[in-house]
Order: sequence, then C-alpha cells, then structure tokens
Amino acid sequence: MVDKTVLARQFIEAIPHARALGLTLTHIGEGEAEITMPYNEDLIGDPRTGVIHGGAVSASLDTCCGAAVMSHPAAPGGTATIDLRIDYMRAATPGQTITTRATCYHITRNVAFVRATATDDDQDRPVATASGAFTVEGK
Amino acid sequence: MARPRPEPMQVVKQRRDAALKALVEGVPYIRFLNISFDRRGDELTGVLNFDEKLIGNPFLPAIHGGVTAAFLEVTAVITLSWEHLFPRIESGEIDAEDIISDHNIRFPKTIDFTVDYLRSGLPRDAYARAFISRAGRRYASVRVEAWQDNHAKLFAQATGHFLMPQEPSAKG
Repeated sequence: MVDKTVLARQFIEAIPHARALGLTLTHIGEGEAEITMPYNEDLIGDPRTGVIHGGAVSASLDTCCGAAVMSHPAAPGGTATIDLRIDYMRAATPGQTITTRATCYHITRNVAFVRATATDDDQDRPVATASGAFTVEGK
Repeated sequence: MARPRPEPMQVVKQRRDAALKALVEGVPYIRFLNISFDRRGDELTGVLNFDEKLIGNPFLPAIHGGVTAAFLEVTAVITLSWEHLFPRIESGEIDAEDIISDHNIRFPKTIDFTVDYLRSGLPRDAYARAFISRAGRRYASVRVEAWQDNHAKLFAQATGHFLMPQEPSAKG
C-alpha cells in the first residue's frame, strides 16, 4: 500500500487551501494521519492575544480526517466530509505549531467514521477534538 | 410625552457600518479568508469572496470543507457579537475604534460547532446567515445556513454553542 500513501501525501500537499495554511503531512497510513500547521499571523482570530482562529484549527482537523480515510486499507479512493463536529477545549498557545492526529476507526462500503485531536506543544491538553462521518468514494 | 426626534439616517448608518467594519476587519483570519458582511438594519449576511486558495479538491474543483466550516463559524460569531454589542454601539457607549483594541470588550467563545455538508461548495462566492436560537447569559445556541447561487439550495448548515462573555460585575 506504499503507492496509495505516496498518492495521499501528494494529494494533500496539492490542495490549494492546505498550502495556504502551510499544512504538512507528517504521517499517513493504515487509517491514521498526522498534519502540522505552523503558527502564522494571518490566521489570528483575536488580535489582542495572537491566538489562532478556531476556523483554521477546524480546516486542519478536516484535512487530517480526510487523509486518514484515504489511507485506510479498505478505502478505494477519495472522500468528502458528510458531517464534522469540533469541540474547542482551550485557546492554542500563540507562537506554537498545531499538530492534528486523525484515526479512521471504522469504515463500511459507504461511510468512514473518524476521530481527531489537535494539540500545541502541550500534548497532554488538547486544543480541540473532532469527530465526523466521511463518504467512501469508488475508484 | 413626545418621542425624541430620530437621528439623521447618515449618522445611524455611519455609526453601524464603522462598528461592523472594525469588528470584521480587525481579525486577521477573517481577512485571510476574505469574508465580508452585508448589513440591512440589524440583519447580517456573511459573504465568502471566492479565491483559488480556498479550494480543497482541485479536481472537481470544490471549496475546502474546512473553509466552509470556518466561514459558517465566523458568520455565527460575528452575528452573535453584533447582537450582543448592538445596544452599546447604538447608545454610543462603544466606539468603532474601541471594538478590537479595548480589552474590556469581549467576544463569545466557541464551545462546539457541527457542520452538515449538503453539497460541494462550487468555486464561486458563498453566502451565510446565522440565526440565534437562544442567547442566554452564559451560553448561546446558533444555527447557520450557507448557500451559493440559489438560496433554497443550501450547500452547508451548522449549529454551534458559544460561551458568552461575562461582564466583570456579573460574577457569582
């Protein structure tokens, strides 16, 4: 399944919005993915504190979930989000890279179920978590 | 008693538009996504001005699902903030310049946000409107709808919960 992993990485890094956010795929395979998003002043949601906007964290989580689905051994090809719920636990610390990790924990012929977590340098206290359902597209 | 004479229209519009502009343009991420707001009275419509960098699937092409989620969330937070601050903007207590700089003016914080993706976002402008289902003293529940060419065909909808800013005096 090396080919599919390479393909998924190229696919993610070719996404215009993933490039705009500066996303890097740091791990992918077997239904799991990890993406990093470096701190960027353009993504600030509160100019008084420099905290990154929740929307940018959502976009990173969504991308990571999609990558996890595509890397699953039972997924034949592409995917699209059906629904995604994000819970925001705390503000990300300004200046720190945000790392998202997603797991596709169950997949059927039509639907993939995914969970994800976003953290900053303090890996023990999540910034946000996500859970969602994604489509399973044929080849 | 006679009601007070209404303020001239230009004064009202200028004050409201300046406050809205400060609220929206003060946030770097809203500028990054190039989201603007149309105002009719107190009703706001979010506008996601299309750009290539918003694309999530270059083959279709379609707007990134994360951009859609962020657009809906920004529309929810701005609408909620607008309604929350509106009386103080109208009374002149809050000035446009204070909105982003004054540390005493606080904004609602997102607790959770759930997005339904109904169809793919086409590579063109999108619109969104938020409806405040309930705004309590501590929590608010907001529903958001987004569409493109045809308002009847939503491409996404969302619901979210928000923690409302607490006034310093309202502790306990």
